[in-house]
Amino acid sequence: MYSSARKTIIEPMYFKKAPDLTGADITDEKLFMNRRAFIAKASAAGVGGALVAGGVFARNDRDMRVVSDEVLSGLDDDLTPWETVTGYNNFYEFGTGKEDPARNAQGFKTDNWEVKVDGEVEEERTWNLEELIDGFEVEERIYRHRCVEGWSMVVPWNGFPLKSLIERLKPTTQANYVEFTTLLDNRRMPGQLSPVLPWPYVEGLRMDEALNPLTLMVTGVYGKTLPPQNGAPIRLIVPWKYGFKGGKSIVRIRFTKRQPRTTWNEAIPREYGFYANVNPEVNHPRWSQATERRLGEFFRRETLMFNGYEEEVGSMYADMDLRKYY
Amino acid sequence: MARFRFGPMRWTKPMRWIKVAIWLAALLPLLILVDRIFLFGRFSGGGFVDDPVELIQHWTGTGALVILFVTLSITPLRRLSGYNKLTTLRRPIGLFAFFYATLHVLSYFVFDHRLNFGAILQDVAEHNWVLVGFAAWVLLIPMAVTSTSGWIRRMGGKKWTRLHRSIYAVAVLGVLHFLWQVKLETSEPLIYGAILLVIFAVRFLTRKKKLSRPA
Repeated sequence: MYSSARKTIIEPMYFKKAPDLTGADITDEKLFMNRRAFIAKASAAGVGGALVAGGVFARNDRDMRVVSDEVLSGLDDDLTPWETVTGYNNFYEFGTGKEDPARNAQGFKTDNWEVKVDGEVEEERTWNLEELIDGFEVEERIYRHRCVEGWSMVVPWNGFPLKSLIERLKPTTQANYVEFTTLLDNRRMPGQLSPVLPWPYVEGLRMDEALNPLTLMVTGVYGKTLPPQNGAPIRLIVPWKYGFKGGKSIVRIRFTKRQPRTTWNEAIPREYGFYANVNPEVNHPRWSQATERRLGEFFRRETLMFNGYEEEVGSMYADMDLRKYY
Repeated sequence: MARFRFGPMRWTKPMRWIKVAIWLAALLPLLILVDRIFLFGRFSGGGFVDDPVELIQHWTGTGALVILFVTLSITPLRRLSGYNKLTTLRRPIGLFAFFYATLHVLSYFVFDHRLNFGAILQDVAEHNWVLVGFAAWVLLIPMAVTSTSGWIRRMGGKKWTRLHRSIYAVAVLGVLHFLWQVKLETSEPLIYGAILLVIFAVRFLTRKKKLSRPA
């Protein structure tokens, strides 16, 4: 149904429901070629190549795969370029400046990565990463990514639903929440030498949020192995929440009965809540959340309720006061 | 290099060169900004700019603060050195601080609010860090307007001096604006605050003694 002589698209077959991707706006040949040239350029620059070599598992020939540029909510929703996605990051473990992670995370080794799984789970154990994610089909999902600071991106992530992983881990019926812990190692993550946040970084989700089909465990971006500055080798992406909910470089997954403590909430509780749903009507105490700046653009655009995923996730919060549970 | 003989006549020529140098130095940040955003840093280096508006606002904001600090340093430098001609540099440098502050505010008006003044006023009223920044800029306006010698004559030195003391408030508000804006990492605004304290301390220590003031 998508094929035509002029228009090219990689069919998003993995989307059962295709929350955002509609056939309405299909990348035309020119855009396709530009993107292709752009990705080729990025690989030629060695950015991707080096990362693949250092990664846990090298991605296949999808490196040159062209993701569909199609639009999530309107014609202006182009993908944010690779340079920005991998060069403008909030990852305080590698420094607080936006460009610090890309610089300081170079050489970050993810070999023999292990993930400890504990808490309300049938079997507490430590998994080797390959074993943990073995057999899951890696999908490509284009999500809006909205930072609590008021900027946003559109990112083609590669990953698999957290739901599949949870089914493999078999939490008990007591598990109401799931908590994600980032690596704690200040020799490999020099930003942890500064007490700017209470380390290690911990984030968490309510079980229904974790099981939502949009919630993604991410191992790649733009068809390449996830660069260290983006949270290699494995991170969480929850597209209807502010970016800080997506823990990076995860070494521990814990199922809990009670709501876990989360890092930003602990650091500044008045400003960052546990839920952190993107909501244009609930402002940050110091700035409005009604608008956002898509990186690279000069003018701000309206922020969408639940970052544009209201249809998919809104019902989970139907009876909650979102001002109270920000 | 010209050899300086200290005396009123001898100072004229070096002062002109100093003024040229000040113009060049003060316009340099603007040229770097234009280069980074429109010429991909061909001349000034620096990589791809992911968020040009953030760069414009940070650059013009810190630029205004730095130049404001230079303005504040002139009087203590004059008192320490005895080169009274330095006073004539205060006006151009102070006006450059106003120039960058105005670019900063304009970029906020245009890019953040598309000149929707209702939204701007609401933002100013609701957010302390916006309010103090806005107040700092508003306080700069009468100083910029009355910076000419004509206005000094018209107002009289005493009144003029009193008006221009608001530069202290502007500097403090500017640092607060920076401090309250950052998410968590306060070291950069705190460095600005520390420098301002040093400038205030030196100004205080080199203040004129009341008794020795000529009648």
